[in-house]
Formats: sequence, C-alpha cells, structure tokens
Amino acid sequence: MDNLQHIAERARRAVAMVDSVADLEQVRVDYLGKKGQLTELLKGLGRLSPEERPQAGAAINVLKQELQDLLQARKNAFEQASIEQRLLAEKIDVTLPGRNAGLGGIHPVTRTLDRIAGFFTSVGYRVAEGPEIEDDYHNFEALNIPAHHPARAMHDTFYIDPGTVLRTHTSPVQIRTMKSQSPPLRIICPGRVYRCDSDLTHTPMFHQVEGLVVDENISFADLKGTVDQFLKAFFEADLPVRFRPSYFPFTEPSAEVDIQCSNCLGKGCRICKSTGWLEVMGCGMVHPNVFTNCDIDTQRYSGFAFGMGVERLAMLRYGVGDLRLFFENDLRFLRQF
Amino acid sequence: MKFSEGWLREWVKTEWSSEELVAQLTMAGLEIDAAEPAAPVFSDIIVGQIISTKPHPNAESLQLCQVAGGDHGEVQVVCGAPNARPGIKIPFAQIGASLPGNVQIQQAQLRGEESFGMLCSADELGLSDDDQGLWELPGDAPLGQSLRALLNCDDRVIDVDLTPNRGDCLSIRGLAREVAVLSRADLTPPAIALVPAEHDVSVPVALSAGTACPAYVGRVIRNLNSAAVTPLWLQEKLRRGGIRCVNTIVDVTNYVMLELGQPLHAFDLQKISGGIEVRFAHPGEALLLLGGNQAVLTPDTLVVADGKRALAMAGIMGGEHSAVGADTQDIFLESAHFSPLALAGRARQYGLHTDASHRFERGVDPELVASAIERAAALLKEIASGEAGPLVRAELNIPAPPSVSLRKARLHQQLAIQLDDSLVIDILQRLGLQIVEASDAGWVWKIPSWRFDLTIEADLIEEVARVYGYNNLPTRTLTMPLPISGASEGVVSTSDLRHLLTARDYQEVITYSFVDPRLQESVNPHAQSIEVANPISSDMAVMRASLWPGLLSTLQYNLKRQQRRVRIFEVGLRFTRGTAIEQEPMLAGLICGGRSAENWTDTSCSVDFYDIKGDVSAILGISQPQTKVHWSAATHPALHPGQTTEIKTKYGISIGYVGKLHPNLEIELDLGQAVYLFELKLSQIAAGAVPRHTPISRFPAVRRDIAVVVDDNVSAEALKASVQAAAGEDLIDLMFFDVYRGKGVENHRKSVAMGLTFQSGSRTLTDQDITTTMELIIKVLENTFGASLRK
Repeated sequence: MDNLQHIAERARRAVAMVDSVADLEQVRVDYLGKKGQLTELLKGLGRLSPEERPQAGAAINVLKQELQDLLQARKNAFEQASIEQRLLAEKIDVTLPGRNAGLGGIHPVTRTLDRIAGFFTSVGYRVAEGPEIEDDYHNFEALNIPAHHPARAMHDTFYIDPGTVLRTHTSPVQIRTMKSQSPPLRIICPGRVYRCDSDLTHTPMFHQVEGLVVDENISFADLKGTVDQFLKAFFEADLPVRFRPSYFPFTEPSAEVDIQCSNCLGKGCRICKSTGWLEVMGCGMVHPNVFTNCDIDTQRYSGFAFGMGVERLAMLRYGVGDLRLFFENDLRFLRQF
Repeated sequence: MKFSEGWLREWVKTEWSSEELVAQLTMAGLEIDAAEPAAPVFSDIIVGQIISTKPHPNAESLQLCQVAGGDHGEVQVVCGAPNARPGIKIPFAQIGASLPGNVQIQQAQLRGEESFGMLCSADELGLSDDDQGLWELPGDAPLGQSLRALLNCDDRVIDVDLTPNRGDCLSIRGLAREVAVLSRADLTPPAIALVPAEHDVSVPVALSAGTACPAYVGRVIRNLNSAAVTPLWLQEKLRRGGIRCVNTIVDVTNYVMLELGQPLHAFDLQKISGGIEVRFAHPGEALLLLGGNQAVLTPDTLVVADGKRALAMAGIMGGEHSAVGADTQDIFLESAHFSPLALAGRARQYGLHTDASHRFERGVDPELVASAIERAAALLKEIASGEAGPLVRAELNIPAPPSVSLRKARLHQQLAIQLDDSLVIDILQRLGLQIVEASDAGWVWKIPSWRFDLTIEADLIEEVARVYGYNNLPTRTLTMPLPISGASEGVVSTSDLRHLLTARDYQEVITYSFVDPRLQESVNPHAQSIEVANPISSDMAVMRASLWPGLLSTLQYNLKRQQRRVRIFEVGLRFTRGTAIEQEPMLAGLICGGRSAENWTDTSCSVDFYDIKGDVSAILGISQPQTKVHWSAATHPALHPGQTTEIKTKYGISIGYVGKLHPNLEIELDLGQAVYLFELKLSQIAAGAVPRHTPISRFPAVRRDIAVVVDDNVSAEALKASVQAAAGEDLIDLMFFDVYRGKGVENHRKSVAMGLTFQSGSRTLTDQDITTTMELIIKVLENTFGASLRK
C-alpha cells in the first residue's frame, strides 16, 4: 500500500496547488476520473486475495472520500472568490438619482376642495354639483334676490344674456337640490364661481364650497357647532372662532365667521389688517322665502347654509400671499403642493 | 359710509371708548372697515392773521407778511401764496410747530429775509386737496387759538361697511340709535325747531306717481345770502363724512342727509315754472343732469318736474337747469319719500350711484320728511339768513309699517336657548318695536318706520340674536340619522383620475373658463362660442369650447419661464352652444418636452404621439377594458391630420380626441416644439363597470411570432381585427413588438411584427393546431392586405 500513500500525498499536493476551477477539474479527472489513479487502484482490487481485498478497498475508499471533500472545499473557495470579485465589480453609486421619479401634483385649490369635502362627506354630507352658466332664477330669484335688489350690487355679475349669468356663487346648486330632493338634506356644493372683478385681491373666477343642512329642528346652535368644528379641523388648530351678524338675502339670521388670525394669533398683523381676526366664511339659517321657493314646508323644517372661498382658505393654509398665483399656473408654484 | 365719531357722540352719550365703539358696532353687524384720525398729526399751529404785507426785495413771487396771533407778538413770515393779503386769518405754523409728515418749522432766511414760521394751505395740513393758496379761516376764528381745537381735530373718522338691509344706519341719527340700543345709552338728538313762515310764497306740489312717491314736503326760502360761507364745523363734519363742500345751500342739504338720513334737494326757485309734479318720465324725455350728462329717461323713471319739464331724476340726481349756483338767493327745498321699489336699480340703469339713490334704494324713514326740511331751513337761516315760506305738504297714503309676530317656541327652536320674555321684550323695544299683541305663545310687534328690513319672524329672531350677541348663543354638535347611501362601484371618481395622472407625472392646472376669442377661433374654428356680454377684458371674452386654449396658454406662460418639459391636465366644463347651452365636464391634458425629466441615465428623448396615447390608454383602463373602446384615425382642426385619433365607445359615442398639435398652431403660438394634447368626456370615462370574474385556463399558452410586410397605410387596428377574426377565440393576446421601415423592405411598405398568444379553455393546443391556425392567418393577411411573410 505504499503506492496508495504515495498517490495520496501527490493528490493532496495537487489540490492545494491548483489556481483555477479548470485545473481543479483536471486534478479530479487525474485521480477520480474514469481512468484516474484511484479509479485504477479500485479496478486493481480484483487482483488481490479475498482476505486482502476488504482492507485495501476500505483504504482506497477513505482516500477517495478525502479527495472528494478536498476538491469540493477547494471548488467552494474558488466560487466564493469569484462572487466576491463580482460583487466588487458590480458596485455602483447609489447616491445617483433613480429613474422615472417624476411625480405630478394636484392644484392647491383642488387639494383644498378635496380636504374640505372630506371633512363633510366623512360625516354624511353628499357632494352636489351644478351648471356654471346659470339662469337668473336659480342664481338670484330663488335665493330671495329679486331684480334690482341692492344685494345684487354685492355680486358683480357676468352675463351671457339678460336672463343668463355665470353663477356668482354655488348657491344655485342648493336650490336645484332642494327642488329635486326632500329633507333631510346634507350637501356640500363645491365649484367654480364668477364675479366681474379683477384686482390684487379679486380674480374674475374663484372657487366656493357651500354647505346646506335641512331637517326638522335645525338651529343656529347646530350651525355654529358645524362651522366651529370645521374650521378647527381645517386649520388643525384650536383657534377661536367668532360669529358676526351680517346680511345675505338667502339666510336669516346671517353671520360672517372670523377665525383668530393664524399668523399673529390675534395680536394684529399685516395679514389680518391689525384686527387679529380673519374673515373666512358666511353662513346663516335658510331664509323662509328660499324654502318656499323650493316647496319646503317652513313650519316643519329649518336649515342652515354656509359658504366659503376656497382660495382664501388655501392662501391662509399654505401661506400664499397673492391670489392671482392660483390661476397663473406657473409650474414652479404648482409643484410646491 | 364714513362719519365723524365726535358727531356721533353728540347724539348718543355712550361710555364706550373709541376702540370699544368700533368693536361693538362690528360685532353687531355694522362692520367697521377703518377708524382713522380725523386729521393728520400736526402741532403748534394756530389761528394767525396777516396784518400787513410788502414785496420781498429779492424775489418777485414772495411777500413779507407781518403776522399776529403767535406767542411772540407780530412776526415776519415770508410767504409765496397768491392770496396772502392783509386782514385774512390763516393757519400759522410758528417756530417749533410740526406739520404732517413730521416737518419741523424752524426760523429760516428766505432769499435774505428772516421768516419766523409758515402760513399754511389746507392741503399742507392734510385737511383738503385745496392747494390754491393759504387756507382762509373765518373772520370770527379766535386769534391765537390752536387750529386743532378750532377744527375739533382730535376726532376719528369711522368707515362703516353697511350691509344693504341696514339703510336705517346711513345717518348719524341711525347709528346713534344703534349705539344707544347696544350700549344702553341715552339718545341726545339736537332739538329741531320749527321754522315759522315769514312769507307766503310757495310752489304747489302734485303727486302723480302713486306709491312711488307718497309724501313730499317743499318749502321756499328767499333772499339767502349768497356770500355766506359754510361754517368750519359744518365743513369739517361733511369732510369727515366723505362729502365735498360745494356751496352753502348744497352743504346744508348734505349735512341734513348725513345727520338724519333724509336726502334733500334744493332747486333754484327762479328756474321753476309753475308747480312741482312728481311723476314718471314721459317716453324719451330728456334731462340734463348735474355735471352736464344728458339722460334719456325710460318711463319707469321717477322725475320731479315743473310745468315745462323734468327738473330732477327723483331721489337720484338733480338737473343742471334748476341747480343752485354760487349766486342763488331763492330756493325751493324738497324733502320727499321715494319708495325703495320705485328706485331699485334705476340709478344703476343710468350708470349713476349717488348718496341719495344709495339711501332711497335701501329705504328712508318716511316720517323724516318734515323734520328734515325744518332742520335744513333752520340751518340755512342761521348760516345764510333768508326767509322761509310755508311748508307745502303733499301726501298720499303711506302704507303703515307692518306688524310681525314672533312665537316664543320658534325663537327657542331657532336659537336653541330659552330667553326670558323680559329680555326679548327689552331688546325689541329698545330697537323701537312696539308690542301690538302679547300672549303666552308670543307677541305681535309693530315695526318702526325706519326698519325696512324687518318683515318676517326670522328678521325678529335675528334682531334678538344680534343684540343678545351671536357669540353668547349656544353651540352644539349637529345630530342627524346616519343612513348608509349607495355609491356606484363602477363609476370612477374624478379624484381617482387626477391621482392617476399625477402618478404619470402630470401637474394639474386650473385655468379661467373664459378665453381669448382669437385663440378659441384657432383651436375650435367651428365652435359656436358663447360670449360673455360684459367680459372683464377682451382676451377673456368667450366661454371655452374646449379646455385646450387654457392649456396652451398655460404652456406658453411656462415656456416663457424656462420650463421646457410641460405635462399638465385640467378638469372642468366646456361650454358649447347646440340647441341650448351645453356644459360638459371634460378631462384634458397636454405634454411636450422630454419623455422623462432630464437625467443621467437616458439620452434625452422628446415625447411623441405614443406617449400621450399611452397615458390616455391608462386613463381609459381605469374604467374600461381596452377592448371596449375604438381608436381610429381622425381629423380635428387643432391637430396634425396625420397624428390624430378619435376614441369612441363600442356604441360609437365619441369619448374624445388625442393628437399632435397642428404645426400651424405650433407656429402661431410660437411654441417651437411638438405638443401633444388629449381631451376626453368625463362622463364617458367615468362610466365603468363592476368587475366580473372569468375562470383562468388550466392549459398551457403558446406564443408564435410573425412579421408581415404590408403597405404603409395598413393600420395596426385593421391587421389586428383581421388576425383576430381568422384566429378565433383561442387567440387570447395579440401584441405588436416591432414596426420597421427601411433596408430590406420596399418603399411605402413596412414590416409589422406581432406576437400571438394562443390558449384554449378546454384542452392543450397541439403544435398542429397552432400551425394550422397560423397558416390560415397568413393566408387571410395575404388576401386582405397583400401581406407577405417576412422571413
């Protein structure tokens, strides 16, 4: 068996010395291949006596197993080294920007409209929409604003023809809803409105959200609670809210709603014109004449309505100083939202 | 309306400070826009008198004035005013005085002559625009008196923004009444003495307009001193009320209007022929208005006329012909009640808006007519002497102020608070209402003659709430039933579409609904535009017939601001005129510039038709399977004729257009690059369906690719339809993976490569099945399109 020991020595040395996967394979063929040296030895076992055979066979198999393990270990080492090399080669600069990262955005007015709608729809209001070119009846008459009423001067109206206007508020949608549905009603009416006015603080088109609730036993206290909760939710702040008597032909009693200036917290600043308050909404109890125009029983039902300018709220919320920015659509402005 | 706070305080003795007054009025619904000092800051300015003048030795335009009244006796002041002359009293700024703008007066040498102070114009004191020369103070102004004291300058001008219902507050009297109610203070109006007749000259008055003018009081005042000057205190009250001084007669009528709220008018007695008649205008009747504008009157216009002609537009503006002037001595003074309904909208109709029309439109207390004319007569006599004639009264039936009932239960329900009866009664009585009837259920109230706005129960509830204080009323959380209401699952919300587009790198914009008619004409030449009758400007004069003009303008705006890649969309109505005005909600988009934002990985590649088509396909995919819509080559005036598609539903209803902007428009709008647009009907893309499951085949799918060469004008859609028809239902997918023109393909032909996937729901397809089908497909394509298989 000297020969076996000799082969073992040489094989171990050969495995240790190879420096490529190909050379390693050659070593395997040399010793363990069909004509390999160990294979030949195994073939030669037949020439031995039956007594010698088991011992010699066992010794050869031990060496064969050892050699296979050595080859596998060496092969693993080569593979690992190769992976290490690949990892190194594949290293990239992960700080470079990714592909197709472009993301557009929603217009801040839409964003504000959606937020406002969200507060109300989450408690059961439904969204109602209507035409923007309106007839005089729905925009004025039905809302208790007869022709030549001084209140018409409050609305600088765009006309298409004498009986057709660009709606000056979304209130006509309330009329359309009250005429087509029966109480109880809880709706909000978002949309574009138009007034013939253009200067630093007015654009000829802007957006409103109005709300309407009609049911039995609706009170001014319900209106106050609704408006107060909405404003606190919108500004995400527990800012004081106050109600001032005002006048709208379609509500009685009517109120303007002020919220404490979010900029100066009531101390007085440029934004609140040193009053400490910001006028943000108008509201009131639905005028009986409006109900009558919509065939709603004024003895059984009462209701409240409120309305707000979306741009004004968006300006306060996002710190936008110039109303006109909303309609210039400068991408550098819009991308900020 | 502006008013002097000091004047108000003459009428009501409130203990409120100026700040409280402003705050309380605002919280009572009389919103104060501004409260500013009645005069700018100046000090040490006194009433001085020019004793003598002599020419400045070194300057022709200057005089040396000896001025008395100052702390140091007579001093010399150099003055350049043309009206500087001995005897006149003027505002004298002594050394050490300060003028508005923090100008300090110091001793100075002017062209070699010492000057110990400055003589001032009203303009220099910030009290008037009059810069014609020195402000000549009345001769009885006490020499040496502080000008601030003389003019009662330590006053504030308050600007109240009255809502249209509160016409009763368009006077010191009305505001004082309100303050008295709110602060529980006493009203202290000046006594109005009756002016006895001193002669019997009068003008007869006839009322021929029925309820439009139910009361008219007139009075002749003769021999007024035309040289009389309106006293300073009156001038200042007018100025603080925002009214310019004109002449004594007009100033007095304006004063009474500000004080009591009753507009008055003075006619030059000499210009009236015959009696006065209040009537509606004759058709086409002309009236030369004050200021020289000629009005042609409509028959619904109320006029005050004499025997010959219309003298004034009643309650709106007087006529030039009968106007009082600087030398008028005899006047006919009018104090009339014109009803709000008769005047509503009239002034506006003639492009006018006057202090009188503003008040009459909102309602003037009909019980004021007599006292106002007495007040004016007394003031005129005091200021310009004159002799008053007898009062001429013409009266029809003035409708009695209404009675309005207030139910306690309704008040309780509306305000959600149980107010004591005594409190409700107190509030309403302080407001001037009187109880007509009282019962356990409520009251009937008589409305005071000045409250035109109180006609129904809700008005009284508001008054109670207003005086009680809105912020003292309870607040509660609304409680209502919460029924679950259905929402259609198939309908895609606009919000979902917006988010889809923003995820695809589109920015939402909101553009005006009115656009430039020229741009509209370029984009939609066939549209019958809906014009705005009174546009804000000529480039916003028609309603948009498409959202594209707005998007294109937005593109122009941004290109000018170095934005090279623009991807925008808008949701909104388009307005077209069919048989009626149609208002259709649309979703439109525009892209141009790089396919992706410039970055380090890609070579910059500009968008093309297939980019926008991909975006639109995704939009449609959110509600409709792709197979449900049809894209076909089409034309649109705004789009490139070779790169336009119209999308239709399977029912043939148009969903919208997608395409490349026509090169003519690209040039016209100076865009300098290819622009792609889409516009879709929101109603069509929102209408989706609820998903319906179909089983997935358990058998393997097989893919075969072919490339066929066909004529250039054969559309992919046509090829697809042909292949689908030939292949039958086992063809589950067909995609185009290459279109090639050039070397190896004849001119005017192209190679189209298609990947076909076959799968059966009931068995495994054999090679033979597929081969047979493919041969059939190729045969059909050969026959239909002259296609040849590309090897």
